[in-house]
Amino acid sequence: MTGIATAPNTRGTAGNAVEVQGIVKHFGTTKALDGVDLTVREGTVLALLGPNGAGKTTLVRVLSTLIKPDAGTAFVGGYDVVRQPKQLRRTIGLTGQYASVDELLSGYENLYLIGRLLDLPRREAKARAVELLERFSLTEAAKRAAKTYSGGMRRRLDLAASMIGRPRVLYLDEPTTGLDPRTRNEVWDEVQRMVAEGSTVLLTTQYMEEAEQLADELTVIDRGRVIANGGIAELKAKVGGQTLQVRPAHPAELPEMARCLHEHGVTTATYSADTGLLAVPIAGEAQLTAVIGVLGGRGFAIAGIDTKVPSLDEVFLAITGKPATAADQPAQPVEETVA
Amino acid sequence: MTTATLAPAPAPVREEDPRIGLSANLRHIGALTRRNLMRIKEDPESMFDAVLMPIVFTVLFVYVFGGAMFAGDQDKYKQFMIPGLLGQTGMTLALAVGTGLNSDFQTGVMDRFRTLPIGRASVLLAKIAAETLRALLSSAILLTFAFLLGFELKTGVPELLAAVGLSLVFGMSIVWISMLLGMSLKSAQAVQGVSMLVLMPMQFGSSIFAPTDTMPGWLQAFTKVNPLSQLADASRSLLNGEGPVAHPVMIVLIWSAAATAIFAPLAVARFRKRV
Repeated sequence: MTGIATAPNTRGTAGNAVEVQGIVKHFGTTKALDGVDLTVREGTVLALLGPNGAGKTTLVRVLSTLIKPDAGTAFVGGYDVVRQPKQLRRTIGLTGQYASVDELLSGYENLYLIGRLLDLPRREAKARAVELLERFSLTEAAKRAAKTYSGGMRRRLDLAASMIGRPRVLYLDEPTTGLDPRTRNEVWDEVQRMVAEGSTVLLTTQYMEEAEQLADELTVIDRGRVIANGGIAELKAKVGGQTLQVRPAHPAELPEMARCLHEHGVTTATYSADTGLLAVPIAGEAQLTAVIGVLGGRGFAIAGIDTKVPSLDEVFLAITGKPATAADQPAQPVEETVA
Repeated sequence: MTTATLAPAPAPVREEDPRIGLSANLRHIGALTRRNLMRIKEDPESMFDAVLMPIVFTVLFVYVFGGAMFAGDQDKYKQFMIPGLLGQTGMTLALAVGTGLNSDFQTGVMDRFRTLPIGRASVLLAKIAAETLRALLSSAILLTFAFLLGFELKTGVPELLAAVGLSLVFGMSIVWISMLLGMSLKSAQAVQGVSMLVLMPMQFGSSIFAPTDTMPGWLQAFTKVNPLSQLADASRSLLNGEGPVAHPVMIVLIWSAAATAIFAPLAVARFRKRV
């Protein structure tokens, strides 16, 4: 079948679907990417976690041949992003932060168009469109213009569009940003299905929870640099899989509570007077018991406790010792020049 | 674009030919043209200019101004104005291309196209193909309406087709300017605004709607260099069978070639650079 990647691994290490080494990208005087290295193993999901302006979207745009890097090398499916863009485009699917579908076309026409542009014969393009609409629960809306779709339906159509050519590597650039929790879960389900079917996925996200749900490995990026990477389990151990949230009966006691925990060696405890919450990353059950014991033993009155997956801020705090700050540069430059 | 060069590999590796063949290119342009036409179904207002403008302009000019021209001889004015209107059809429609291209970049759909293994010019060429069809439809509506109002073709079908063809050729050279505007300006509204600002003086400062000999000297000087005057004169000579044909046709073709030679490479370069 045409339009499907059957790429030989011309370069790069066997078993790695994506190999990035020392990628640098400037926009004017700002360094959007400052020597990024990462690898995504064939058939796995890598989450690229970072705040706004960290360079996540820029990296995805480099890896999908939309912009050229200033330095470094990157191979996707064995193809060089700079020297073999045409072959590389056959191996990838891209779902951006915004749904990149034609609003004035129906769901079916959108998918059919992409099928034809990927050189599927008419009948196959039609069959593939019908199949993917069915799979993404869009059959009923197939004939309606995409502009009438809800946010979740558009995102699903966008995912379907990026899968037409059965790409070996899928880029999902913040696939759930701006979605409500129910729609977000729908998208997660779909991504998990694609992964189960053997797709290699590079996922960018601002949410630790999303990374934990979907990814095998995690790379944390800040201001264009990789600041941590490894298996989800490894990083969780480092960061603390969960965060304990304690709501004291008397918010005035928050600083005292934090100081008390510091004395007992729990140095990652933070508090916010605004929310009235004390947050403590927790590595395991024993530590949870210990923290509760310390607080209870000192006789602090506690109004409520809860545990949650750590936020991006807490991950950054644990890794770098300082909170995440959105870089003071536009997340997405309007335009730049390809050399 | 860069041509792929094969890095030295340890074992002989099959390298796929990255070039896109002619038939694949035509298929891509066809699929994208179909897309442009399908969009019309959802956005019928986008056809107002193609369908209604020729009718509105004809009625407006023949009945509002026609009585005041040529000593009230409306038939004579019809023979004068309608060929001019036909001449500018290609150009007015061409200006819609920039607006469409701008909105493609605003939404993410252009990113999708640019990550597909298709020739980069396909998207632009498909726009031109769809616009050509629109201009043909618009010309057909104009001519049908004109004949209903009593317009007389004094030559023959070959001359008529030549006039339509000339209008399209000129329009397609203007498309590149429109695309450049569409990719350079921020919003679709800005593109439309600037296009109108350019179009209006060009249209009315020409011999399309009125003979230029009553205009003041400075305006006559402008109408003489305005290619739309030559276009209107050429169209008039072709349909009415009087006046020189070769000279104005030649001038229009030179203008078209020049506009294409200058703006097509700029538009394509801009398209490639645009993120």
